[in-house]
Amino acid sequence: MYRYDEYDRALVFERVAQFRDQVERFIAGDLSEEEFLPLRLQNGLYLQKHAYMLRVAIPYGTLGAQQLRTLASIARDYDRGYGHFTTRQNMQFNWIELQQVPDILQRLAEVDMHAIQTSGNCVRNITTEAFAGVAADELLDPRPLAEILRQWSTINPEFLFLPRKFKIAICSAHQDRAAIMMHDIGLYLYPDTDGQMLLRVLVGGGLGRTPILGLQIRDGLSWQHLLSYVEAVLRVYNRHGRRDNKYKARIKILVKALGIEAFSREVEEEWQHLRDGPAQLTTDEYQRVAAAFVPPPYQALPDTDLDYGTQMADSPAFARWVTRNVQPHKVPGYSSVVLSTKPGIAAPPGDVTAAQMDAVAQWAEQFGFGEIRIAHEQNIVLPDVPKARLHALWSLACAQGLGSANVGLLTDIIACPGGDFCALANAKSIPIAQAIQQRFDNLDYLHDLGDISLNISGCINACGHHHIGNIGILGVDKNGSEWYQITLGGAQGKASALGKVIGPAFSAAQVPDVISRLIATYVRYRESDEPFIDTVQRIGLEPFKERVYGAMVQPA
Amino acid sequence: MNNLLSLEQGVAAIKLDDPWTLVRDAEAPLPEGALILPLALWLSRRIAPDPPHDAVWLGPDDEVEHLQPWLEVLPLIALDFPSFRDGRAYSQAYLLRTRMGWQGELRAVGDVLRDQLSHMRQCGFDGFAVREDKSAADALKGLAGMSVSYGRSVIEPRPLFRRR
Repeated sequence: MYRYDEYDRALVFERVAQFRDQVERFIAGDLSEEEFLPLRLQNGLYLQKHAYMLRVAIPYGTLGAQQLRTLASIARDYDRGYGHFTTRQNMQFNWIELQQVPDILQRLAEVDMHAIQTSGNCVRNITTEAFAGVAADELLDPRPLAEILRQWSTINPEFLFLPRKFKIAICSAHQDRAAIMMHDIGLYLYPDTDGQMLLRVLVGGGLGRTPILGLQIRDGLSWQHLLSYVEAVLRVYNRHGRRDNKYKARIKILVKALGIEAFSREVEEEWQHLRDGPAQLTTDEYQRVAAAFVPPPYQALPDTDLDYGTQMADSPAFARWVTRNVQPHKVPGYSSVVLSTKPGIAAPPGDVTAAQMDAVAQWAEQFGFGEIRIAHEQNIVLPDVPKARLHALWSLACAQGLGSANVGLLTDIIACPGGDFCALANAKSIPIAQAIQQRFDNLDYLHDLGDISLNISGCINACGHHHIGNIGILGVDKNGSEWYQITLGGAQGKASALGKVIGPAFSAAQVPDVISRLIATYVRYRESDEPFIDTVQRIGLEPFKERVYGAMVQPA
Repeated sequence: MNNLLSLEQGVAAIKLDDPWTLVRDAEAPLPEGALILPLALWLSRRIAPDPPHDAVWLGPDDEVEHLQPWLEVLPLIALDFPSFRDGRAYSQAYLLRTRMGWQGELRAVGDVLRDQLSHMRQCGFDGFAVREDKSAADALKGLAGMSVSYGRSVIEPRPLFRRR
């Protein structure tokens, strides 16, 4: 893990002092609400329906055990005993008092954490996949460049008042688990034939009101040019992105308006002034940062473990958990474990209690090397668990409510906090998620259905990434009441696709039935082990629509 | 008085004797004295045989590149922040300073507030006409900003990784 040096530390502590002063000036009336707004947003602080919400940055989803314990302590001391993991790998606290925020930030700074730029019209938390550094299909470790980008984007004075928020993701594996095609800038890192690091740069992806997949703007870019190239993109966007309409202000609209060729020419022209200048990354800097991500001291383990095999044979429940929640590791004898935060009715997707956080921190030390990852699917990953210890971990996880064997299944629902908390939401997300989880509570059936992603967003801002769910649910407002629009066929990863709306929206009460009918249609048409998304792509939307709307009482 | 902060040789101070008058309305009769004019008006006055020694201000929609031929004759360039949330002037300042080589005063005008002054300073502004209803003495506290900056900027072209 990256450890702060005196510069990093000075920056976060000075930032806390600066914000403490701003909060005091706001409370004293010296700063207006309008003036304070971007200041608090750029420190992660939103005003929600019932209280302030603080979004803490978890850069590229990586946490140390001590950091997670600190989050637990914040949940306990300043919130209602829990926190919520977001689809940007961050943690949100939903019940925060403004006056206490500087103290919370201080506590975070003490463990090398912050909430800088987790909101606002600036470059947001840099994300990568949760299995970075350990995935069996990884090409290169994306974390050093993610950290370098994090530093570059943090309080970069030219780019703090962009037309709109700006999201960057980087990945470097055969599977794209970082959803790079739906980012303002998506970076795909890969080695050339000599092992030199190259970047493929995608630009203009994003969900929200106008979902668009990113387009390639450059390929074969040497890693040394990462910062100068991103700077060129940001400058073109900052100068020319629309500011008259917040719904047309993302870079995707600029790219679409100019066309990718013209946009790319602008960027290249700007970049010619920057390349080979002081922004060029140095090998020294890369190595300084990469040294923080050297592999931990793995033991030489046999790739198969006898006890583990026996445990699988003896306990179908354990075996089922292994098939869904355990991922292959690049080091023999090790696995990565996904702890599901989607137990169903017991807790909303992504919510974790302080006690659970403390337990996970303990397991990270007991079974791994003290590291924890947050996946954009809102689950928790322990990246380095010896196979021989999986059973012990599973037993503990079950006792803490973190042992659901549903990763990638229909009930592994990705959902935003929705109308229960969020001031932007048109509709609630959590009750919808829980109603579906309740409807599909038979694990055998769920495992038989296999991989199905279901994403719920409470409004068009799409924090729940509904467009890229195999089944997407979007909360919409119709004359003051809450309705849900269903999309089908979305997908993430290299075969990213945006879902298509199946027809008129449904009431909350109708949603579980609609999902049942969609699933029944899949079961009726699927061929052998065909996953849900493949069936949708093969047979199209019509059979699903017929089954849903043909049978329904007149939908609204 | 223009509620002006000014950086001279790295030292920030409230400037009480600023001679410039910012002209927002190009249609109204021009006041006497040293004027900062909108770009179109400024250009139109250049064609006089003995052009006046006006300064110019650019809005965020104006292209800074238009000023390239005039850098020798301009006494001052101002960049407007119609709202402090409009960040285009930061990039304009960067381009004027870094790419076009503007050495004279670069003044921030408009919605210029304490909490953005350090960003402006880092992007090359050295004059700050603080919004009328705010105290310049108070705003002065915002100019220094933080001691660490990761990225490069106009006043520190080397990113931190070349300095750490």
